[in-house]
Amino acid sequence: MTLEFRSVVKRSKGETLIHAASFTLAPTGFNVLLGATNAGKTTLIKLMAGLDRPTKGEILLNGKDLTRLPPQRRNVSLVHQFFVNYPHLSVFENIASPLRVARVPGADIRRRVHEAAELLRLTPFLERRPSALSGGQQQRTALARAIVKSSDLVLLDEPLANLDYKLREELRDQLPRLFEGRGAIVVYATSEPSEALMLGGHTATVSQGRVTQFGPTATLYRAPQDLETARVFSDPPINVAPIRKSGDRLHLGDSVAWPAAGTALATVPDGAYTVGVKPHFVLPGGDAAGTVPVTGRIQITELSGSESIAHFDLDGRSWVSQSHGIHPYQVGDLHTFHIEIRGCLYFRPDGTRVTA
Amino acid sequence: MTALRPVIVILYILFLLLPIYWLLNMSFKTTNEILGSFSLFPQNFTLENYATIFTDPTWYWGYINSLIYVSLNTVISLAAALPAAYAFSRYRFLGDKHLFFWLLTNRMAPPAVFALPFFQLYSAVELFDTHIAVALAHCLFNIPLAVWILEGFMSSVPRELDETAFVDGYSFPHFFVRIFMPNIGAGIGVAAFFCFMFSWVEMLLAKTLTAVEAKPIAATMTKTASSAGYELGLLAAAGCLTIIPGAFVIYFVRNYIAKGFALGRV
Repeated sequence: MTLEFRSVVKRSKGETLIHAASFTLAPTGFNVLLGATNAGKTTLIKLMAGLDRPTKGEILLNGKDLTRLPPQRRNVSLVHQFFVNYPHLSVFENIASPLRVARVPGADIRRRVHEAAELLRLTPFLERRPSALSGGQQQRTALARAIVKSSDLVLLDEPLANLDYKLREELRDQLPRLFEGRGAIVVYATSEPSEALMLGGHTATVSQGRVTQFGPTATLYRAPQDLETARVFSDPPINVAPIRKSGDRLHLGDSVAWPAAGTALATVPDGAYTVGVKPHFVLPGGDAAGTVPVTGRIQITELSGSESIAHFDLDGRSWVSQSHGIHPYQVGDLHTFHIEIRGCLYFRPDGTRVTA
Repeated sequence: MTALRPVIVILYILFLLLPIYWLLNMSFKTTNEILGSFSLFPQNFTLENYATIFTDPTWYWGYINSLIYVSLNTVISLAAALPAAYAFSRYRFLGDKHLFFWLLTNRMAPPAVFALPFFQLYSAVELFDTHIAVALAHCLFNIPLAVWILEGFMSSVPRELDETAFVDGYSFPHFFVRIFMPNIGAGIGVAAFFCFMFSWVEMLLAKTLTAVEAKPIAATMTKTASSAGYELGLLAAAGCLTIIPGAFVIYFVRNYIAKGFALGRV
């Protein structure tokens, strides 16, 4: 089973929400749509569900054109970021509703609803109204409704964003197992890079209405094809700075330089490029082989559990360093960080990445 | 101060109930007693007035006529307002805001303005003196009101609910009746209540557009007052009975009425 977008364009009120998106989704693992708020993830999901029509382009399921089909005739399931259930129906009827509409026989409905409820640990609450449930249980009800019908396409639009931390982790662990072996194409929209990495599968990075890259999640993370993808897929944000190649040296600003040999820029002509360094390749530790020292004034420090994050100023740009352990940064101090050269990604002026 | 509070409340309620009590008091008196003496209780308690109303067809048909056109109007108003309010709450279209405001301006003109054109129009199409004529005339101000109330209630239902239902496979009519309407039940109740009340108390159009067949109770009351002298006891009894339907309807929506006045935007 495949879901194919062929140069799908969506315009609304003079604004282009989606710029010619083309990709093919498969039922192996999750398909993550990763992007900031308002990047176009929800628009893509609505196009897949049939709640919105593309302005141009085609959407095909197994090669069959469903661009003009309404959601009722698409066999899709959808879970929203907000816990959306039918408030006037019991949890049982909420889960059963897609089956009732499809006129599935009663005994069958009972069996399938109980199965889904068991999977999502909702069995004790089947007679309650959704409003009598906690947020996590409400969202599990919505998920149960999404799995109870055998959809071709399951769309999860930031389903965990409104849950608190503990519930989110718990449900995220369950999610891949829930959909395993169902043969459905699962699309999962999120704004958190870490969530995409945890879910694995494939990822499409979305930025300002463009799908910048689609491929296996790990590949996108390690070897993004362009700067925008690297930006979307980095949290804390990736450090970006102009870099100049002259001869066999790469110059970052006036004072920092390292050899071009062994990097992706070894064989390209001299000129202006852009370097992108993920924060965990900018370390506070001492000198080591394959690192370049940079010194900057510390502006902001953050501690997140066992990680230290420091924002420092380098040639008028704000850089971020993320490292394990707790480092006693003092705001206002000059501190020398080391950039790991193997962690540098190089981009041409047009944003595409230079690969060796 | 706190001790005084219940006293003030009780005095206020007594003040409000006084005219209603006086009406009730009068309805159990004979006209002679009403005109002849001043008493807080009926001296010669009589049910004669009520008996007359329930036995004389010219009286009780007034109530039946009123109930018929009021019910018709409520049904028509809601049937028209439900889809209209859904459109206003869910879609953006050219001039939607102006149209929405224009609807409300229909309530701003006194009904007397419309009495003559309605009379002329309904006479021409032979709708004069029918229940449907009054029911349709009252739609002029009840549909806008119902649209306003329902739009507020509908807008407080998240759009995602509609989307979820469509994805689940509900067709639009199926969704609207089975999922959407139960979720705005309070709004429908409040809108129905307001339609009922405004149609029930409106007299000018109802009187102008009817003669015999569909004569409303309000018209019956004023005519009796002029023809057979002043039958004050009878009038008081009719007045008491006229209050009942409203009280009955308000009982069902008592929990939602405040939300209804805020047009569901609470």
